[in-house]
Amino acid sequence: MDSVAVFFHMGGYAFFVWTSYALTAVLLMGIVLWSSFQFRKSQQQSFKRALQHQARRQK
Amino acid sequence: MYRVAGILSPLLAGACVLSLLIGLYLGLVVAPADYEQGDSYRIIFIHVPAAWMSMFVYMVMAISSAVFLIWRLKIADVVAVASAPIGAAFTAVALLTGSFWGKPMWGTWWIWDARLTSELVLLFLYLGYIALRGAMETQQGAARAAAILAVVGVVNIPIIHFSVEWWNTLHQPASITKFDKPSMHISMLRPLLIMVFAFQTLYFFNLMVRVRTLILEREARSSWVAALAGERTNG
Repeated sequence: MDSVAVFFHMGGYAFFVWTSYALTAVLLMGIVLWSSFQFRKSQQQSFKRALQHQARRQK
Repeated sequence: MYRVAGILSPLLAGACVLSLLIGLYLGLVVAPADYEQGDSYRIIFIHVPAAWMSMFVYMVMAISSAVFLIWRLKIADVVAVASAPIGAAFTAVALLTGSFWGKPMWGTWWIWDARLTSELVLLFLYLGYIALRGAMETQQGAARAAAILAVVGVVNIPIIHFSVEWWNTLHQPASITKFDKPSMHISMLRPLLIMVFAFQTLYFFNLMVRVRTLILEREARSSWVAALAGERTNG
């Protein structure tokens, strides 16, 4: 067996090791992406509202 | 505060990605297999940092909730609210990876053992905190009730930590905090500590992003948000 196959085999524990790492990646990346999506959304909304408010006052 | 968080978050994100790459390489490729557990022990490099972070984030949440209750500091409440989902995520990671480690080593996905149960209680504390924020009608009432829950729930943290000493459990005792005689080889300890650092920076990076979001939402009518909006569109 070449070394890459040995690495992914994880001494027979491949299923447990890689599932753990995959679940961790999904959860942690999920919360990071979700947070930055929310940030961008609230940035757009609050800026838009602020500009509308300003425009109304200038009229 | 908003600006400081904006400057810090890319730095923290960079440090996090770098230490994740180094930690994963050292942990999965360089570190040797354990003589008892074979390669299954490699789950430790995510399990232990996640478990530590689940308690660390809770301490941050409880302390800032106490500060909010005593001094009515709004930013402390923002930090607590922003911390809850990421703390819940770390707790879920600790429980899930523990389960996937317990199956091959103990022969079971789950047992009602002191350590496992108290960590599950921690997950419910986080979820209860989040639910309470959403359930109450007034913002202020929700903030106070949730802060009290966070402060009272802190009693669970020493229970989790000492559960392996107070009760007979399947869970192995601490192998790192014994500084007099660390029972771990340096080739395994080094990637573990790097992964702890990576998870720490991940938390603080995420905290900055979430704090900025909450500040924007709460201060949407203030003049500095308008000024910032003007800067963005003109510049």
